[in-house]
Amino acid sequence: MNIVVCIKQVPDSDKVTIDRETNRLNRAGVPSIINPFDENALEMALQLKDKHGGKVTVISMGPPQAEQALRTALSHGADEAILVSDRKFGGADTWATSYTISLAIKKLEDVDLILFGKQAIDGDTAQVGPGVAHFLDIPMLTYAQGVEVTGETFKVNKVTEDGYEIWDIDKPAALTVVKEANELRMPSLKKKMAAKKAEIPCWGYDELNPIDENIGLSGSPTKVSKIFAPPVKLNKEILSGEPSDMIAELIKKLKEQHVL
Amino acid sequence: MGNINWGITEEQQEIVDLIDDFGKERIVPVRAELDEKGIFPADILKELAQMDLMGLYIPEEYGGFGADHMGFTLAIETMSKYCIGVSVSFAANALGADPILIGGSDEQKKKFLSPLASGEKWAAFGLTEANAGSDAGGIQTTAVKKGDKYVLNGTKQWITNGGEADIYTVFAVTNKAKGSRGVSCFIVEKDTPGFSFGKKEDKLGIRASCTRELVFEDCEVPAENMIGREGMGFLLAMKTFDVSRPGIAAQGVGLAQGALDEAVKYAKVRKQFGKPIIANQGLLWMLAEMSTKVETARAITYAACRSLDAGVKNISKVSAMCKYYAGDVAMSVTTDAVQVFGGYGFMKEYPVEKMMRDAKILQIYEGTNQIQRDIVGNSLVKEYASV
Repeated sequence: MNIVVCIKQVPDSDKVTIDRETNRLNRAGVPSIINPFDENALEMALQLKDKHGGKVTVISMGPPQAEQALRTALSHGADEAILVSDRKFGGADTWATSYTISLAIKKLEDVDLILFGKQAIDGDTAQVGPGVAHFLDIPMLTYAQGVEVTGETFKVNKVTEDGYEIWDIDKPAALTVVKEANELRMPSLKKKMAAKKAEIPCWGYDELNPIDENIGLSGSPTKVSKIFAPPVKLNKEILSGEPSDMIAELIKKLKEQHVL
Repeated sequence: MGNINWGITEEQQEIVDLIDDFGKERIVPVRAELDEKGIFPADILKELAQMDLMGLYIPEEYGGFGADHMGFTLAIETMSKYCIGVSVSFAANALGADPILIGGSDEQKKKFLSPLASGEKWAAFGLTEANAGSDAGGIQTTAVKKGDKYVLNGTKQWITNGGEADIYTVFAVTNKAKGSRGVSCFIVEKDTPGFSFGKKEDKLGIRASCTRELVFEDCEVPAENMIGREGMGFLLAMKTFDVSRPGIAAQGVGLAQGALDEAVKYAKVRKQFGKPIIANQGLLWMLAEMSTKVETARAITYAACRSLDAGVKNISKVSAMCKYYAGDVAMSVTTDAVQVFGGYGFMKEYPVEKMMRDAKILQIYEGTNQIQRDIVGNSLVKEYASV
């Protein structure tokens, strides 16, 4: 079974600081990580491979340094990695990104399943997974927490607000995966050493041969008019005194607000 | 750590980084429970196997990663920052395998090291007995040749990974008249008839590790499972200790480093008299002493590893030196870490009381620190014999 996992390199939000004057994120020097939800998609793929065999290919679209996220994915057990990167792809919104990634997946043969994290922690749009499925014209389910292979279909456990649903979905299919699905395994030392040296092909404009109007900033229908930090309007109160008194006071206040 | 250039290679640094992440993500969240309930870290060892780390010290030709002594020691040190109950369960595999690595035939290596490298099987080392501790030559377990087998009788005591391991290297007397030259070493597999396990010990520290008796009652072991020749056992045990003692020293370095990390972090945030306690010179100097001890213990430990990797012939002295020095440092630094934490340090809510309890074993096992001083002293006597 051939599984493709699409991953995004994002800033490590635990280590991001805010510029107190501009209220913007201080991006410089912030380490990058694989988007945490994409780790769950990767683990789902690796577990399917453990059970049924096959190949796990990771794809990331981004600047050249996104290659590091791909190497990390290889160290966790992915078999192959492809970087989708070109200056012409820069500034793409979710629509143009979905289009571009779909072209890369079309170049791969016999793909059975395409997995995404449920959303990226930087943009939080949750749009690229469904977008890619649209461009590939294949069925898609969001918020998957489990998947089983049943003949020519996948049986998918999809999380809903009040429980879960079980769906059968035809191959090839696309899923976005939730955190509850699993926890990514640790990297292996041998794979980590091999990942450092792995040749990662970079597919750009020439390899993907896209329609010019569909890529990059100019191909992106989303126009960002303004970015700002929403003003914080919280009633803040700091309690002081002995812990037991503070707890009693806190409980009283929470009851007044009908939180408890 | 710090700004010292230890000459760590890129590959060794990868090992350190991998285990450091593993320690934070997988060991720290469970170590208090493993300690309190005395749970053997089987799940952790299984995950280490998936990470290719159970075979770290085993040559590539037998399916391992083929790290050098320095690389393996760094692995033990890094893991020991987080829990030496876990790191000894990990490292005891190497101790059990070392006699095979040092003196085993190619067939023995292929048969027994490969499953250890994959982590499919675990190993243990069986030397100590009730009446043979520091006096390792005084073992009473016997092995009597019967056809193409040896029949083992006797009881081994305090065997790390006892009952959990699948492959045991066991020392037994084959010729009593020859004393320590009458001891031989055998590979005994877990399911061998006549081989059973006695009580599991309840311990002061390293409570996650499993410490049990090995009981041999007319246990027949194939003669081909003898390592080397008859009578080579004691020498093999001593050679094993030369290799393994830097690993115990690494446990001391890692444990002391872990305790120092906790102590400095705490001293910066704990306020008394309106200022962080680290602002008091008395305490700051204590931390400085702790840090200096950690680095000097690290230096002698790495020196022993580098000597091993360079193939230096007789490393018993430096091996014993680093074992006792780092063990004593771990005891002293963990005790001071509890002191830095004050009353909180005495409580189980904070990790340093466990570290202090764990440290004590480092002065005792793999040869007490008094025996190590004997080894160092006796080496001096030999070195200066002709002066």
